[in-house]
Amino acid sequence: MRIANKTVTATRLVKDALAKAKHFEDYNIFTALYEERALKKAAEIDEKIKNGESVGKLAGAPFAAKDNFLTAGDETTASAHILSGFVSPITATSVAKLEAEGAILIGHTNCDAFAHGSSTENSYYGPTLNAHDKTRVAGGSSGGSAVAVALDIVEFATGSDTGGSIRQPASFNGIYGLKPTYGCVSRYGVVAMASSTDCIGFFTRTPEDMDLVMSIASGKDEKDMTSLPDYYNADDTRGGVVDTACPSDTLQAALAKSSCSAEPIVSATPPLRIGIIKDFDNDVVDAEIRGALKKKCELLKSKGHEIVELEMPSLKYALAAYYIIQPAEVASNLSRHDGIRYGFRSEKSKNLDDLYGNTRSEGFMPENKRRIMIGNFVLSSGFYDAYFLKAAKTRTLIVKEYEEAFKKCDFILTPVSPNPAFKLGEKVNDPVAMYLEDLMSVPANLAGVPGLAIPAGETANGLSLGLQLVGPRRSDRALIEFAKELQDE
Amino acid sequence: MKYIPTIGIECHVQLCTKTKLFSEVDNDARGKEPNSCVSPVDYALPGMLPRLNGEAVRLAVLAGRAMNCEINAYSRFDRKHYFYPDSPKGYQITQFYHPIIGAGYVELPSGTKVRIEHAHLEGDAGKLTHFDNYSLVDLNRVDTPLIEIVSMPDIHSAKDAHDYCKELWRLMRYAGVTYGDLYNGNMRFDVNTSVAPEGSEKLGTRTEVKNLNSFKSVERAVEYEIARQTKVLESGEKVIQQTLGWSDATGKTSPQRSKEVAADYRYMPEPDLPPIRLSNEFIEAESAKLPSMPADYRKKFAAVIAGDVLEVLLDYPELMKRLDKLDEEYIKTIANLFASVLLAEEKSAEYLNDLPTVAELTELAEMNKKKELSSTATKEVFLRLFDPQMKGRGAKTIAKELGLIQENDLGALEAIVDVVLAKPETKKAQEDFRNGEEKVIGFLVGQVMRESHGKANPSVVQEILRKKLA
Repeated sequence: MRIANKTVTATRLVKDALAKAKHFEDYNIFTALYEERALKKAAEIDEKIKNGESVGKLAGAPFAAKDNFLTAGDETTASAHILSGFVSPITATSVAKLEAEGAILIGHTNCDAFAHGSSTENSYYGPTLNAHDKTRVAGGSSGGSAVAVALDIVEFATGSDTGGSIRQPASFNGIYGLKPTYGCVSRYGVVAMASSTDCIGFFTRTPEDMDLVMSIASGKDEKDMTSLPDYYNADDTRGGVVDTACPSDTLQAALAKSSCSAEPIVSATPPLRIGIIKDFDNDVVDAEIRGALKKKCELLKSKGHEIVELEMPSLKYALAAYYIIQPAEVASNLSRHDGIRYGFRSEKSKNLDDLYGNTRSEGFMPENKRRIMIGNFVLSSGFYDAYFLKAAKTRTLIVKEYEEAFKKCDFILTPVSPNPAFKLGEKVNDPVAMYLEDLMSVPANLAGVPGLAIPAGETANGLSLGLQLVGPRRSDRALIEFAKELQDE
Repeated sequence: MKYIPTIGIECHVQLCTKTKLFSEVDNDARGKEPNSCVSPVDYALPGMLPRLNGEAVRLAVLAGRAMNCEINAYSRFDRKHYFYPDSPKGYQITQFYHPIIGAGYVELPSGTKVRIEHAHLEGDAGKLTHFDNYSLVDLNRVDTPLIEIVSMPDIHSAKDAHDYCKELWRLMRYAGVTYGDLYNGNMRFDVNTSVAPEGSEKLGTRTEVKNLNSFKSVERAVEYEIARQTKVLESGEKVIQQTLGWSDATGKTSPQRSKEVAADYRYMPEPDLPPIRLSNEFIEAESAKLPSMPADYRKKFAAVIAGDVLEVLLDYPELMKRLDKLDEEYIKTIANLFASVLLAEEKSAEYLNDLPTVAELTELAEMNKKKELSSTATKEVFLRLFDPQMKGRGAKTIAKELGLIQENDLGALEAIVDVVLAKPETKKAQEDFRNGEEKVIGFLVGQVMRESHGKANPSVVQEILRKKLA
């Protein structure tokens, strides 16, 4: 991480970042740049350094925030038309914590509208291009943030991961992307997608940077009742931390049954037992990705670690359960966008029902509408038990299956997505193909466990390959530590 | 054929917390500008998350215990979806699947028990004001904490419906969970009424009269619905299940804008709020804080205060607390004084906002007992105890200042009697009395009272007169 000091000024870092942002304009990474403010903040930090005053751990480090992170005084739209013109009066807790340590926000990054998508093609502002192949997608939904980090424009960027929205674009662009344990980083001030699986996380180019950013951003936030006490920075992460929120607990089916409390945190001392999931080793997954996984396993073995094959039969239902629970919460969370109080309002309307109908018809993207319809369907009376409740029960099984798996191994290593970055337009009109992108990333969201996307080489034609490490709840720091070991090949 | 009415009531109670159910904004919007008590959370900006107000949970526990209800150690919130500008989030946060308050009962003054099905915590909606071609939205009331109390269909008369609502109102105020200001909508009643032929096992088709905010309108609306539905059935027609509004002015119910399809609220567990888990210790400790309830006072004061007087006084929890602190021998006197003030003087409840102290009341009752004050004078002094200009001076001082203390001293009274008997204008009366004209004694007592400037104790005076004229 480049931070300002006696030799490099914050102004230099911010100017470079802004210049690069402009240089890569054709990638459509940013939805807004805050040039003037960023330079002003940089000057303030430089002044402090000059006067020998203390500056934060991220002093002068330029960063970007996904367009669904609210920042006071800025238009934040989650790349959705319906939020056009909405200026937030508050700043997201995660952003505020990073800024308090001297990090400088230079802009908001493009994403699928309301984070609905796996390619950043569903943005009202158009798609972001892949960092390594401009004919391909950036991945998504946090595509802009991933490319901003991959192209070295910023030191790190924020993202949100509801079903893979950090890990998949990280792997498509060859960088690190962490979806922390559910509740590790406050969700306050981030436009909600599906509240029970939304996780705030980050993109960095090294595991060390990830550790630094996480040590600052994690911890209990009074404004988010599902946030966890700060275990990330605790010296003894084994005891004392009581879970206040367990994702399965948000579901009726899992009432008081699931043992969400006090799971042991793995120590990173070898030999570790690394689980691989047999069900994910099939033709659905691209051969080169499977090759990369095998290669990593060989590396692990050569370092004295043990590879454990896992049977996790419920995971094949994870995607189906996810595409019931997530649209249900999406439909609910998007209800507030009604054209009454803020954002876009259709002017055509003659009465209240028209106002709702027209505003939402014109303001939402097709994918938003698809999820609203699915979500309302699975929640409607007569269908709730057959869909939502069944999905919730499936989720409980998945939570338990992870608990069992982590008795047999310390971490699980899997692909992130079935394929490397695909062509622009290739899947955008085939929602099911797009949903399949999430096949191997959603189980971690349903279970609330952390997942870290790590770079794993390239394909023959130069596309980034990524794998993900999944650990037990609250093993985030150990996961990052372990990733350090995996980077030297 | 005789028709039996069956009534079930849902009651919304606004809790008197300092802040709202899910934000830190002032919960008391009385007299404030529209939309001035609204936080980004209440306004449902994107990215906002609800924070549960612990005080609302505590008050819910008290409310539940006041109704003899089980308190559920585990409860949680759900989202109830609907589109309307009074609901910024597009859903209400309520407790559909796991309410905090379980089954219990409310005992009416008549002894009838009405079972409580459950009661749950939820956020209130905003307020819309409609004009010719536009409407205005005031979100001050959004997410004011409410508990909704759902009764079983155990009520079978308009009178019991009235009494149930009134008893709930009392219980909630005794428990201290609401201001209980009906005029301002602190408590609102939805009344479900049906009638069925006597002996029928099935209940009739019900109607729901929504948003009643006085006991009288509850009683009248139920009376009206029973009569209307009975007439419909007697004429061989069917009662239509519908939501009705009530007009106090016309004394009639009328259908509200009917929704063509039944509303589907698409309930979903609220993912932003962890479940509420209450320990037994907490529930017990809070329950122990509940003061005496109306039913306790009914038992306690049955022998001391007349039933109808007690029912009047029971509307005022602070007053009952005061009575409860008095020596038993004074309770009746003071209770009757309060009742006469409330009934005869038609003093409003506000009059009782600042009650005399136990010491002041005791002093007054003592003076009355010792006959230092006549019953009229006692009442006079009692009223002065509320007088802002006399407040805090004590009954004795006030009585002295007003010259209301009765002369009970035998020697002094005999002296006055002697003066009166020496007066020529009383000679005839004295003679008449001696000749057996019993009623002239009144004239003589009156003369003595006049001589004493009203301070003499008339019954003592009479005794002296009788002795002297014997």
